[in-house]
Amino acid sequence: MTNIEILEIDEIVVETPTIKTFFFDWHFDIEPGQFVMIWVPGVDEMPMSLSYIYDKRGITVRNVGEGTKALHSMEPGDRIGIRGPYGNGYEIKGEKILAVVGGIGGASVLPAVEKASRENIEVDCALGAKTQKELLFLDRLYDLTNLKVATDDGSMGHPGFATDICEEMMKGVDMVITCGPEPMMKRIVQMAIHKGVPIQASLERYLKCGLGLCGSCVIDGERVCVEGPVFTGEELNNFEEFGKYDRDSSGRKKPLERPKQTY
Amino acid sequence: MAVLKTKIASMRFDPPVILASGVMGQTSSSMLKMHEYGMGGIVTKSIGLEPRAGHPNPTMVELDTGLLNAMGLPNPGIEDFLPELKSLISKVDIPIIASIFGSNREEFIDLAGKMEANGVDAIELNLSCPHAEGYGASIGSNPDLSGDVVDGVVSVTDVPILAKLPPLSDVSVTAKSVEHEGADAIVAINTVKAMALNFETRLPILGNRYGGYSGPGIKPVGLRCVYELFEAVDIPIIGCGGITRGRDALEYILAGASALQVGSAVYYRGREAAKLISEEMIDLMDEQDIKDIHSLIGAAHRC
Repeated sequence: MTNIEILEIDEIVVETPTIKTFFFDWHFDIEPGQFVMIWVPGVDEMPMSLSYIYDKRGITVRNVGEGTKALHSMEPGDRIGIRGPYGNGYEIKGEKILAVVGGIGGASVLPAVEKASRENIEVDCALGAKTQKELLFLDRLYDLTNLKVATDDGSMGHPGFATDICEEMMKGVDMVITCGPEPMMKRIVQMAIHKGVPIQASLERYLKCGLGLCGSCVIDGERVCVEGPVFTGEELNNFEEFGKYDRDSSGRKKPLERPKQTY
Repeated sequence: MAVLKTKIASMRFDPPVILASGVMGQTSSSMLKMHEYGMGGIVTKSIGLEPRAGHPNPTMVELDTGLLNAMGLPNPGIEDFLPELKSLISKVDIPIIASIFGSNREEFIDLAGKMEANGVDAIELNLSCPHAEGYGASIGSNPDLSGDVVDGVVSVTDVPILAKLPPLSDVSVTAKSVEHEGADAIVAINTVKAMALNFETRLPILGNRYGGYSGPGIKPVGLRCVYELFEAVDIPIIGCGGITRGRDALEYILAGASALQVGSAVYYRGREAAKLISEEMIDLMDEQDIKDIHSLIGAAHRC
């Protein structure tokens, strides 16, 4: 017996030109921010946040590599494997929170926004993407939050980055949650610490086993797959590698080279 | 209170619970963390001459009785690893053992020299990884090849050389060969070559199809190997394979181990595995009023 459960994909929704959501029937208890390992049989296995955890369950995936390409070519009725959930989740506190979401980061943040909304916590949201067509979960966030949008090319909302608009939005909130490109999160964490607002951010690293053993996802000695993926501002502030380095499949340190912020 | 401290060659282990190669052993910060959580020694991830990405995922599967992995010896390569190693050595005073893998004698010699020059306390030769063709068990299953590698490394280094062996049926033959060529200790066992299949998809699960089985299910295999080795060789044995509790550790000591390595225990018990296992060993020994662990080493051979 292994703990991999095989599921059929029930429904596929095209979210943006590069992002699709895959819905399936899976009943494990899960907290917003936790992740699962998705097996594309015969191709790859990848960590994925559950982007839907309430009325239906799903993962939202950007087509970036061999495994995600294989997933994007699947159709309803095709089979995937799932194991988990793994890692920790967001711990939502207070009466009003701010969610800062960049690119594919909405896949991790949306369930936390939904949970907050169900608990009558007011949510403000700054959503950023390269361009209007790549804004993920625009409708979901419009319904659930006080939403402000930023696009790099100015095709919708503020012309520029989500970081430009969120400083002002931090006033009067009890906490901030964020998921997006790491340079964006680094700036937001610095801003929040400067303003004394608690913050939690979900990190991404090259993740292999998901069980806290292989060490490939380690940042400053902490395992993104067990102690993370969500870390607090205090933890992140003590990490030397946060916003500076990640590691490739062989474990070599790579600078997070992002001359311009991208999603 | 019972005393657990032991010595192997020039190394002192207290507790004699050592982090096995392949678990949290790739970066200075992760190995430092494992030390802080109570490991009495650290074996690094197996390092080769060049960077290696390892096998495609899935690389690890949870089973009812253990774990199955086919990481495929991913590692940053010796040049990128040395700064991590130096940083670690500058921060801790427990024994740091560098695990190395190569496809032949010359590669092992090259790696061992670089590791020794950077201050490691000992070198562990990976002669036993079951899921990387041409490396590990491909060498360790051949007594002559294994002896040749040990002979080469011993001739160019002064630090203790540990040979980590696969769980062979005739493990004593390889062990005698490496002992004869100058190995200072044997580490037994590595994971057991195995696989997992999925019925619905008709496919092997691991990206590499074959992997190495570890955890509670392989303890009887490890105990058998250590028991046989204790009667076959005179050099110390480090026991490894399915040790998750103090009782498992003491069983390995009774079989003939002078120290222990744990890996999968970090999954079963958390990062504090070594601390928990050591405390349980002390409790069990105190219950029977046993003061010194040396009185238990190989004790199962007396009856």
